Amino acid sequence: MKKFVKNIFSRNSNLSVEELIRKKTFISFFFFFLAIAAGIGVWKWIWRQPLDQNMSGAIQLPLRSILNANEKIFDKTLSPNHLAKSYPVADAAKNVRVNGNIGLGKNFDPSSWRLKVIKNDGDTLFFTLDDLKKLPKTEIIFNFKCIEGWNQITWWGGVKFSDFVKYYHLENETNLKYVGMTTPDNEYYVGIDMPSAIHPQTLLCYEMNRQPLPMNQGFPLRLIIPVKYGIKSIKRIGTIFFSNQRPADYWFERGYDYFAGL
Amino acid sequence: MRWFHWINFPILIVMTWSGLLIYWANDVYRLGWGNTTLLKFFPQSFYDAFHIGFKLAQGMAFHFVFMWLFFINGFSYVLYTFISGEWRELVPNRHSFKEAWFVVLHDLHLRKTAPPQQKYNAAQRIAYSAIVLMGFGSIVTGLAIYKPVQFWWLCEIMGGYAFARILHFALTIGYSLFFLVHIIQVILAGWNNFRSVVTGFEVVHEENENTSA
Repeated sequence: MKKFVKNIFSRNSNLSVEELIRKKTFISFFFFFLAIAAGIGVWKWIWRQPLDQNMSGAIQLPLRSILNANEKIFDKTLSPNHLAKSYPVADAAKNVRVNGNIGLGKNFDPSSWRLKVIKNDGDTLFFTLDDLKKLPKTEIIFNFKCIEGWNQITWWGGVKFSDFVKYYHLENETNLKYVGMTTPDNEYYVGIDMPSAIHPQTLLCYEMNRQPLPMNQGFPLRLIIPVKYGIKSIKRIGTIFFSNQRPADYWFERGYDYFAGL
Repeated sequence: MRWFHWINFPILIVMTWSGLLIYWANDVYRLGWGNTTLLKFFPQSFYDAFHIGFKLAQGMAFHFVFMWLFFINGFSYVLYTFISGEWRELVPNRHSFKEAWFVVLHDLHLRKTAPPQQKYNAAQRIAYSAIVLMGFGSIVTGLAIYKPVQFWWLCEIMGGYAFARILHFALTIGYSLFFLVHIIQVILAGWNNFRSVVTGFEVVHEENENTSA
Protein backbone atom coordinates (compact mmCIF):
# COMPACT_ATOMS: atom_id res chain seq x y z
CA MET A 1 0.00 0.00 0.00
CA LYS A 2 2.76 2.38 0.97
CA LYS A 3 4.56 1.60 -2.20
CA PHE A 4 1.38 2.17 -4.20
CA VAL A 5 0.92 5.64 -2.69
CA LYS A 6 4.54 6.40 -3.37
CA ASN A 7 4.18 5.32 -6.96
CA ILE A 8 1.20 7.61 -7.48
CA PHE A 9 3.38 10.62 -6.83
CA SER A 10 6.61 9.33 -8.29
CA ARG A 11 8.01 10.45 -11.58
CA ASN A 12 9.93 7.24 -11.77
CA SER A 13 9.38 5.63 -15.11
CA ASN A 14 10.88 2.32 -14.03
CA LEU A 15 7.56 1.10 -12.66
CA SER A 16 6.43 -2.35 -13.64
CA VAL A 17 3.53 -2.60 -16.02
CA GLU A 18 1.23 -3.70 -13.21
CA GLU A 19 2.23 -0.71 -11.13
CA LEU A 20 1.82 1.62 -14.04
CA ILE A 21 -1.68 0.34 -14.72
CA ARG A 22 -2.67 0.76 -11.10
CA LYS A 23 -1.17 4.23 -10.97
CA LYS A 24 -2.87 5.44 -14.11
CA THR A 25 -6.18 3.92 -13.10
CA PHE A 26 -6.03 5.54 -9.68
CA ILE A 27 -5.23 8.98 -11.04
CA SER A 28 -7.89 8.78 -13.73
CA PHE A 29 -10.61 7.66 -11.35
CA PHE A 30 -9.55 10.26 -8.82
CA PHE A 31 -10.23 13.00 -11.35
CA PHE A 32 -13.29 11.18 -12.60
CA PHE A 33 -14.89 11.27 -9.16
CA LEU A 34 -13.67 14.79 -8.64
CA ALA A 35 -15.45 15.80 -11.85
CA ILE A 36 -18.63 14.04 -10.72
CA ALA A 37 -18.46 15.87 -7.41
CA ALA A 38 -17.92 19.16 -9.23
CA GLY A 39 -20.92 18.45 -11.46
CA ILE A 40 -23.12 17.71 -8.45
CA GLY A 41 -21.75 20.85 -6.83
CA VAL A 42 -22.72 23.04 -9.77
CA TRP A 43 -26.17 21.44 -9.84
CA LYS A 44 -26.73 22.13 -6.14
CA TRP A 45 -25.36 25.62 -6.54
CA ILE A 46 -27.99 26.40 -9.20
CA TRP A 47 -30.78 25.26 -6.90
CA ARG A 48 -29.45 27.31 -4.00
CA GLN A 49 -29.44 30.54 -6.00
CA PRO A 50 -32.07 33.16 -5.12
CA LEU A 51 -35.25 33.24 -7.16
CA ASP A 52 -35.81 36.09 -9.58
CA GLN A 53 -39.23 36.85 -8.13
CA ASN A 54 -40.31 36.39 -4.59
CA MET A 55 -42.94 33.83 -5.38
CA SER A 56 -43.30 30.14 -5.85
CA GLY A 57 -42.74 28.86 -9.36
CA ALA A 58 -40.16 31.55 -10.07
CA ILE A 59 -36.77 30.42 -11.33
CA GLN A 60 -33.20 30.76 -10.12
CA LEU A 61 -31.32 33.91 -11.07
CA PRO A 62 -28.54 32.26 -13.11
CA LEU A 63 -31.17 30.55 -15.26
CA ARG A 64 -33.01 33.83 -15.66
CA SER A 65 -29.89 35.65 -16.81
CA ILE A 66 -29.26 33.02 -19.48
CA LEU A 67 -32.89 33.16 -20.61
CA ASN A 68 -32.47 36.92 -20.92
CA ALA A 69 -29.31 36.36 -22.95
CA ASN A 70 -31.23 33.90 -25.17
CA GLU A 71 -33.77 36.65 -25.70
CA LYS A 72 -31.08 39.04 -26.88
CA ILE A 73 -29.66 36.45 -29.26
CA PHE A 74 -32.98 35.49 -30.82
CA ASP A 75 -34.37 39.01 -30.56
CA LYS A 76 -31.70 40.08 -33.04
CA THR A 77 -33.13 37.75 -35.61
CA LEU A 78 -36.65 39.12 -35.20
CA SER A 79 -37.62 41.22 -38.15
CA PRO A 80 -40.95 42.27 -39.67
CA ASN A 81 -40.04 40.02 -42.59
CA HIS A 82 -40.43 36.94 -40.45
CA LEU A 83 -44.12 36.21 -40.62
CA ALA A 84 -45.91 33.35 -38.98
CA LYS A 85 -47.22 31.04 -41.67
CA SER A 86 -50.83 31.66 -42.62
CA TYR A 87 -53.33 28.98 -43.62
CA PRO A 88 -56.48 28.74 -45.76
CA VAL A 89 -59.87 29.24 -44.10
CA ALA A 90 -60.67 25.55 -44.45
CA ASP A 91 -57.88 24.69 -42.00
CA ALA A 92 -59.21 26.95 -39.25
CA ALA A 93 -60.62 25.14 -36.22
CA LYS A 94 -64.37 25.46 -35.61
CA ASN A 95 -64.04 24.64 -31.94
CA VAL A 96 -61.36 26.94 -30.70
CA ARG A 97 -59.64 25.79 -27.56
CA VAL A 98 -60.18 27.87 -24.44
CA ASN A 99 -57.23 27.66 -22.13
CA GLY A 100 -57.43 30.34 -19.49
CA ASN A 101 -59.84 32.69 -17.81
CA ILE A 102 -57.60 34.78 -15.61
CA GLY A 103 -58.78 38.36 -15.84
CA LEU A 104 -62.16 37.39 -17.27
CA GLY A 105 -64.07 38.03 -14.05
CA LYS A 106 -67.83 37.60 -13.90
CA ASN A 107 -68.46 41.21 -12.91
CA PHE A 108 -67.73 42.55 -16.34
CA ASP A 109 -70.09 45.03 -17.91
CA PRO A 110 -69.57 45.05 -21.70
CA SER A 111 -71.61 48.25 -22.15
CA SER A 112 -69.24 50.31 -20.04
CA TRP A 113 -66.07 48.86 -21.58
CA ARG A 114 -63.65 51.30 -23.17
CA LEU A 115 -60.11 50.65 -24.32
CA LYS A 116 -57.93 52.92 -22.25
CA VAL A 117 -54.61 54.06 -23.72
CA ILE A 118 -52.23 55.97 -21.49
CA LYS A 119 -49.98 58.29 -23.43
CA ASN A 120 -46.49 59.33 -22.45
CA ASP A 121 -47.49 62.83 -21.50
CA GLY A 122 -50.06 61.46 -19.08
CA ASP A 123 -53.05 61.99 -21.38
CA THR A 124 -55.51 59.16 -21.44
CA LEU A 125 -57.46 58.14 -24.53
CA PHE A 126 -60.63 56.06 -24.52
CA PHE A 127 -61.91 54.01 -27.43
CA THR A 128 -65.10 52.10 -28.01
CA LEU A 129 -65.18 48.95 -30.05
CA ASP A 130 -66.82 50.89 -32.89
CA ASP A 131 -63.86 53.29 -32.95
CA LEU A 132 -61.59 50.34 -33.57
CA LYS A 133 -63.88 48.78 -36.14
CA LYS A 134 -63.64 51.96 -38.24
CA LEU A 135 -59.94 51.26 -38.79
CA PRO A 136 -58.86 48.89 -41.58
CA LYS A 137 -59.59 45.31 -40.63
CA THR A 138 -56.93 42.62 -40.94
CA GLU A 139 -57.52 38.90 -40.72
CA ILE A 140 -55.10 36.17 -39.96
CA ILE A 141 -55.32 32.39 -39.91
CA PHE A 142 -52.28 31.00 -38.18
CA ASN A 143 -51.10 28.18 -35.99
CA PHE A 144 -51.72 29.39 -32.45
CA LYS A 145 -49.04 27.91 -30.19
CA CYS A 146 -49.54 27.45 -26.50
CA ILE A 147 -46.51 27.36 -24.23
CA GLU A 148 -47.92 24.11 -22.82
CA GLY A 149 -47.22 22.47 -26.14
CA TRP A 150 -50.52 22.30 -28.02
CA ASN A 151 -51.18 24.20 -31.20
CA GLN A 152 -54.27 24.96 -33.21
CA ILE A 153 -54.92 26.72 -36.49
CA THR A 154 -57.31 29.55 -35.70
CA TRP A 155 -58.88 32.48 -37.52
CA TRP A 156 -58.89 35.97 -36.10
CA GLY A 157 -59.86 39.45 -37.23
CA GLY A 158 -59.14 42.92 -35.91
CA VAL A 159 -57.02 45.97 -36.40
CA LYS A 160 -53.26 45.75 -36.65
CA PHE A 161 -51.66 47.26 -33.61
CA SER A 162 -49.30 49.08 -35.98
CA ASP A 163 -52.27 50.57 -37.87
CA PHE A 164 -53.86 51.61 -34.61
CA VAL A 165 -50.80 53.49 -33.33
CA LYS A 166 -50.26 55.09 -36.73
CA TYR A 167 -53.85 56.29 -37.00
CA TYR A 168 -53.86 57.82 -33.52
CA HIS A 169 -50.33 59.21 -33.80
CA LEU A 170 -48.78 57.27 -30.98
CA GLU A 171 -45.29 57.48 -32.52
CA ASN A 172 -43.81 58.99 -29.35
CA GLU A 173 -45.13 56.02 -27.46
CA THR A 174 -43.90 53.38 -29.91
CA ASN A 175 -40.40 54.82 -29.63
CA LEU A 176 -40.29 53.29 -26.18
CA LYS A 177 -39.11 49.74 -25.69
CA TYR A 178 -42.21 48.04 -24.33
CA VAL A 179 -45.99 47.94 -24.41
CA GLY A 180 -47.93 46.85 -21.35
CA MET A 181 -51.50 45.56 -21.46
CA THR A 182 -53.80 44.65 -18.61
CA THR A 183 -57.32 43.27 -18.25
CA PRO A 184 -60.00 45.65 -16.90
CA ASP A 185 -59.77 43.97 -13.48
CA ASN A 186 -55.92 44.00 -13.60
CA GLU A 187 -55.84 40.28 -12.88
CA TYR A 188 -53.92 39.41 -16.04
CA TYR A 189 -51.20 41.51 -17.59
CA VAL A 190 -48.52 41.17 -20.24
CA GLY A 191 -45.46 43.07 -21.35
CA ILE A 192 -44.39 43.01 -24.98
CA ASP A 193 -41.26 44.32 -26.65
CA MET A 194 -42.04 47.02 -29.19
CA PRO A 195 -40.71 45.26 -32.32
CA SER A 196 -43.09 42.37 -31.62
CA ALA A 197 -45.99 44.71 -30.83
CA ILE A 198 -45.71 46.59 -34.13
CA HIS A 199 -45.10 43.38 -36.07
CA PRO A 200 -47.53 43.34 -39.04
CA GLN A 201 -49.35 40.26 -37.70
CA THR A 202 -50.03 41.62 -34.24
CA LEU A 203 -53.74 42.38 -33.93
CA LEU A 204 -56.06 44.13 -31.55
CA CYS A 205 -58.55 41.41 -32.22
CA TYR A 206 -62.36 41.58 -32.00
CA GLU A 207 -63.40 38.68 -34.24
CA MET A 208 -62.93 34.94 -34.22
CA ASN A 209 -64.13 32.88 -37.20
CA ARG A 210 -65.77 36.09 -38.48
CA GLN A 211 -67.93 36.32 -35.34
CA PRO A 212 -67.55 38.71 -32.41
CA LEU A 213 -65.19 37.28 -29.80
CA PRO A 214 -66.94 34.96 -27.36
CA MET A 215 -66.77 35.97 -23.71
CA ASN A 216 -64.29 33.19 -22.93
CA GLN A 217 -62.01 34.41 -25.72
CA GLY A 218 -61.85 37.86 -24.19
CA PHE A 219 -64.83 39.82 -25.52
CA PRO A 220 -64.76 42.57 -26.63
CA LEU A 221 -61.07 42.95 -27.48
CA ARG A 222 -58.04 40.73 -27.12
CA LEU A 223 -54.50 40.65 -28.40
CA ILE A 224 -53.40 38.18 -31.06
CA ILE A 225 -49.65 38.07 -31.39
CA PRO A 226 -48.53 35.18 -33.62
CA VAL A 227 -44.80 35.75 -33.02
CA LYS A 228 -45.23 34.77 -29.39
CA TYR A 229 -46.66 31.96 -27.31
CA GLY A 230 -50.33 32.22 -26.43
CA ILE A 231 -49.57 33.48 -22.92
CA LYS A 232 -48.88 36.89 -24.49
CA SER A 233 -52.18 37.03 -26.39
CA ILE A 234 -54.00 38.67 -23.50
CA LYS A 235 -57.77 38.31 -23.41
CA ARG A 236 -60.00 41.34 -22.73
CA ILE A 237 -57.65 44.28 -22.94
CA GLY A 238 -58.59 47.09 -20.55
CA THR A 239 -55.54 49.32 -20.56
CA ILE A 240 -52.57 49.83 -22.86
CA PHE A 241 -49.50 51.74 -21.73
CA PHE A 242 -45.93 52.25 -22.90
CA SER A 243 -42.63 52.12 -21.08
CA ASN A 244 -38.89 51.76 -21.39
CA GLN A 245 -38.94 49.36 -18.46
CA ARG A 246 -40.38 45.90 -18.73
CA PRO A 247 -44.07 46.12 -17.78
CA ALA A 248 -45.25 43.52 -15.27
CA ASP A 249 -46.03 40.20 -16.88
CA TYR A 250 -48.22 37.58 -15.25
CA TRP A 251 -46.39 34.46 -16.41
CA PHE A 252 -42.95 36.02 -16.24
CA GLU A 253 -43.57 36.43 -12.53
CA ARG A 254 -44.24 32.71 -12.41
CA GLY A 255 -40.92 31.71 -13.91
CA TYR A 256 -41.59 31.85 -17.64
CA ASP A 257 -39.45 33.60 -20.22
CA TYR A 258 -40.34 37.28 -20.59
CA PHE A 259 -39.83 37.36 -24.34
CA ALA A 260 -41.72 34.10 -25.03
CA GLY A 261 -41.02 34.67 -28.73
CA LEU A 262 -41.42 32.10 -31.44
CA MET B 1 -13.66 11.17 -26.78
CA ARG B 2 -13.96 10.20 -23.10
CA TRP B 3 -14.40 13.80 -22.02
CA PHE B 4 -17.22 14.51 -24.41
CA HIS B 5 -18.86 11.26 -23.45
CA TRP B 6 -18.88 11.94 -19.73
CA ILE B 7 -19.83 15.59 -20.09
CA ASN B 8 -22.68 14.60 -22.36
CA PHE B 9 -24.09 12.11 -19.90
CA PRO B 10 -25.32 14.53 -17.20
CA ILE B 11 -26.35 17.10 -19.84
CA LEU B 12 -28.52 14.53 -21.55
CA ILE B 13 -30.09 13.59 -18.23
CA VAL B 14 -30.92 17.23 -17.50
CA MET B 15 -32.26 17.77 -21.02
CA THR B 16 -34.43 14.67 -20.78
CA TRP B 17 -35.71 15.56 -17.35
CA SER B 18 -36.49 19.18 -18.22
CA GLY B 19 -37.92 18.09 -21.56
CA LEU B 20 -40.30 15.80 -19.71
CA LEU B 21 -41.35 18.66 -17.44
CA ILE B 22 -42.29 20.52 -20.62
CA TYR B 23 -44.03 17.55 -22.16
CA TRP B 24 -46.02 16.78 -19.02
CA ALA B 25 -47.70 20.18 -19.32
CA ASN B 26 -49.68 18.71 -22.19
CA ASP B 27 -49.15 14.98 -22.42
CA VAL B 28 -50.86 13.92 -25.60
CA TYR B 29 -48.48 11.49 -27.24
CA ARG B 30 -49.37 7.86 -27.54
CA LEU B 31 -48.48 4.82 -29.58
CA GLY B 32 -51.37 3.42 -31.58
CA TRP B 33 -53.76 4.09 -34.41
CA GLY B 34 -57.29 5.43 -34.63
CA ASN B 35 -58.87 4.97 -31.24
CA THR B 36 -56.56 2.11 -30.40
CA THR B 37 -53.84 3.01 -27.98
CA LEU B 38 -51.04 0.57 -27.35
CA LEU B 39 -49.03 2.76 -25.05
CA LYS B 40 -49.82 6.18 -23.68
CA PHE B 41 -47.04 8.56 -22.67
CA PHE B 42 -47.42 8.36 -19.79
CA PRO B 43 -49.92 6.03 -18.14
CA GLN B 44 -51.94 7.61 -15.35
CA SER B 45 -50.40 5.15 -12.90
CA PHE B 46 -47.01 6.65 -13.66
CA TYR B 47 -48.15 10.12 -12.58
CA ASP B 48 -49.84 8.71 -9.50
CA ALA B 49 -46.72 6.82 -8.55
CA PHE B 50 -44.29 9.72 -8.90
CA HIS B 51 -46.51 12.66 -7.89
CA ILE B 52 -45.68 14.61 -11.00
CA GLY B 53 -46.52 18.26 -10.47
CA PHE B 54 -46.92 21.08 -12.93
CA LYS B 55 -43.44 22.46 -13.47
CA LEU B 56 -43.48 23.76 -17.03
CA ALA B 57 -41.69 27.04 -16.30
CA GLN B 58 -38.89 25.28 -14.48
CA GLY B 59 -38.57 22.73 -17.27
CA MET B 60 -38.33 25.39 -19.95
CA ALA B 61 -35.78 27.38 -17.98
CA PHE B 62 -33.46 24.41 -17.54
CA HIS B 63 -34.05 23.17 -21.08
CA PHE B 64 -33.13 26.49 -22.66
CA VAL B 65 -30.03 26.87 -20.50
CA PHE B 66 -28.64 23.37 -20.86
CA MET B 67 -29.38 23.31 -24.58
CA TRP B 68 -26.26 25.45 -24.99
CA LEU B 69 -24.09 22.94 -23.16
CA PHE B 70 -25.57 20.10 -25.20
CA PHE B 71 -24.89 21.98 -28.40
CA ILE B 72 -21.37 23.09 -27.48
CA ASN B 73 -20.37 19.65 -26.26
CA GLY B 74 -21.84 17.90 -29.28
CA PHE B 75 -20.30 20.37 -31.69
CA SER B 76 -16.88 20.08 -30.03
CA TYR B 77 -17.08 16.31 -30.15
CA VAL B 78 -17.81 16.22 -33.87
CA LEU B 79 -15.08 18.78 -34.50
CA TYR B 80 -12.59 16.80 -32.44
CA THR B 81 -13.50 13.54 -34.12
CA PHE B 82 -12.85 15.03 -37.53
CA ILE B 83 -9.63 16.84 -36.66
CA SER B 84 -8.16 13.84 -34.85
CA GLY B 85 -9.16 11.49 -37.63
CA GLU B 86 -11.00 9.28 -35.14
CA TRP B 87 -14.05 9.42 -37.36
CA ARG B 88 -12.40 6.72 -39.44
CA GLU B 89 -12.86 4.30 -36.55
CA LEU B 90 -16.43 5.42 -36.05
CA VAL B 91 -18.23 5.95 -39.33
CA PRO B 92 -19.66 2.73 -40.76
CA ASN B 93 -18.03 1.43 -43.93
CA ARG B 94 -19.58 -0.61 -46.68
CA HIS B 95 -19.20 -3.89 -44.77
CA SER B 96 -20.63 -2.54 -41.56
CA PHE B 97 -24.29 -3.23 -42.12
CA LYS B 98 -23.72 -6.88 -42.96
CA GLU B 99 -21.19 -7.33 -40.19
CA ALA B 100 -23.40 -5.56 -37.67
CA TRP B 101 -25.97 -8.28 -38.15
CA PHE B 102 -23.34 -10.92 -37.35
CA VAL B 103 -22.33 -8.94 -34.26
CA VAL B 104 -25.92 -8.92 -33.08
CA LEU B 105 -26.23 -12.67 -33.68
CA HIS B 106 -22.95 -13.21 -31.87
CA ASP B 107 -24.05 -11.12 -28.90
CA LEU B 108 -27.25 -13.11 -28.73
CA HIS B 109 -25.19 -16.29 -28.74
CA LEU B 110 -26.74 -17.38 -32.01
CA ARG B 111 -23.43 -17.26 -33.83
CA LYS B 112 -20.12 -18.58 -32.62
CA THR B 113 -17.71 -16.09 -34.11
CA ALA B 114 -17.77 -12.34 -34.24
CA PRO B 115 -16.54 -10.60 -37.38
CA PRO B 116 -13.06 -9.07 -37.18
CA GLN B 117 -13.04 -5.52 -35.90
CA GLN B 118 -10.82 -2.56 -35.22
CA LYS B 119 -11.51 -0.26 -32.29
CA TYR B 120 -15.25 -0.54 -32.71
CA ASN B 121 -17.20 -3.38 -34.20
CA ALA B 122 -19.68 -2.85 -36.99
CA ALA B 123 -22.68 -2.60 -34.69
CA GLN B 124 -20.90 -0.06 -32.54
CA ARG B 125 -19.96 1.96 -35.59
CA ILE B 126 -23.56 2.16 -36.65
CA ALA B 127 -24.90 2.83 -33.17
CA TYR B 128 -22.33 5.48 -32.25
CA SER B 129 -22.65 7.26 -35.58
CA ALA B 130 -26.43 7.12 -35.36
CA ILE B 131 -26.43 8.65 -31.90
CA VAL B 132 -24.41 11.60 -33.22
CA LEU B 133 -26.92 12.05 -36.03
CA MET B 134 -29.72 11.81 -33.50
CA GLY B 135 -28.05 14.53 -31.45
CA PHE B 136 -27.95 16.68 -34.56
CA GLY B 137 -31.61 15.83 -35.16
CA SER B 138 -32.52 16.88 -31.64
CA ILE B 139 -30.81 20.22 -32.10
CA VAL B 140 -32.45 20.88 -35.46
CA THR B 141 -35.96 19.82 -34.42
CA GLY B 142 -35.45 21.60 -31.11
CA LEU B 143 -34.56 24.83 -32.86
CA ALA B 144 -37.54 24.42 -35.16
CA ILE B 145 -40.00 24.15 -32.28
CA TYR B 146 -38.19 26.68 -30.10
CA LYS B 147 -38.46 29.46 -32.70
CA PRO B 148 -40.96 28.25 -35.31
CA VAL B 149 -41.55 31.75 -36.67
CA GLN B 150 -37.93 32.85 -36.87
CA PHE B 151 -36.82 29.51 -38.28
CA TRP B 152 -40.02 28.89 -40.21
CA TRP B 153 -38.07 27.26 -43.07
CA LEU B 154 -36.52 24.81 -40.65
CA CYS B 155 -39.94 24.11 -39.18
CA GLU B 156 -41.29 23.42 -42.67
CA ILE B 157 -38.43 21.04 -43.47
CA MET B 158 -39.20 19.17 -40.26
CA GLY B 159 -42.78 18.65 -41.40
CA GLY B 160 -44.37 21.51 -39.48
CA TYR B 161 -44.49 22.50 -35.84
CA ALA B 162 -46.54 19.59 -34.53
CA PHE B 163 -44.54 16.97 -36.41
CA ALA B 164 -41.18 18.45 -35.48
CA ARG B 165 -42.30 18.22 -31.86
CA ILE B 166 -43.11 14.54 -32.27
CA LEU B 167 -39.70 13.94 -33.89
CA HIS B 168 -38.02 15.73 -31.02
CA PHE B 169 -39.89 13.53 -28.57
CA ALA B 170 -39.23 10.34 -30.52
CA LEU B 171 -35.49 11.06 -30.56
CA THR B 172 -35.54 11.21 -26.78
CA ILE B 173 -37.17 7.80 -26.67
CA GLY B 174 -34.37 6.72 -28.99
CA TYR B 175 -31.77 7.95 -26.49
CA SER B 176 -33.48 6.08 -23.69
CA LEU B 177 -33.41 2.83 -25.67
CA PHE B 178 -29.81 3.45 -26.67
CA PHE B 179 -28.96 4.06 -23.04
CA LEU B 180 -30.55 0.78 -21.99
CA VAL B 181 -28.68 -1.30 -24.55
CA HIS B 182 -25.51 0.68 -23.92
CA ILE B 183 -25.58 -0.02 -20.18
CA ILE B 184 -26.23 -3.72 -20.73
CA GLN B 185 -23.35 -3.90 -23.18
CA VAL B 186 -21.03 -2.05 -20.82
CA ILE B 187 -21.85 -4.45 -18.00
CA LEU B 188 -21.27 -7.41 -20.31
CA ALA B 189 -18.03 -5.95 -21.62
CA GLY B 190 -16.68 -5.80 -18.11
CA TRP B 191 -14.38 -3.77 -15.95
CA ASN B 192 -11.43 -3.41 -18.31
CA ASN B 193 -13.64 -1.89 -20.95
CA PHE B 194 -15.31 0.47 -18.51
CA ARG B 195 -11.98 1.53 -17.09
CA SER B 196 -10.72 2.34 -20.54
CA VAL B 197 -13.51 4.88 -21.02
CA VAL B 198 -12.46 6.58 -17.80
CA THR B 199 -8.68 6.26 -18.04
CA GLY B 200 -8.10 6.21 -21.76
CA PHE B 201 -6.08 3.01 -21.86
CA GLU B 202 -7.01 -0.59 -22.15
CA VAL B 203 -5.18 -3.58 -20.76
CA VAL B 204 -4.52 -6.21 -23.37
CA HIS B 205 -3.34 -9.64 -22.37
CA GLU B 206 -0.73 -11.10 -24.67
CA GLU B 207 0.49 -14.59 -23.88
CA ASN B 208 0.11 -14.16 -20.14
CA GLU B 209 1.94 -10.88 -20.23
CA ASN B 210 0.31 -7.57 -19.39
CA THR B 211 0.89 -4.64 -21.63
CA SER B 212 -0.78 -1.33 -21.50
CA ALA B 213 -1.86 0.00 -24.79
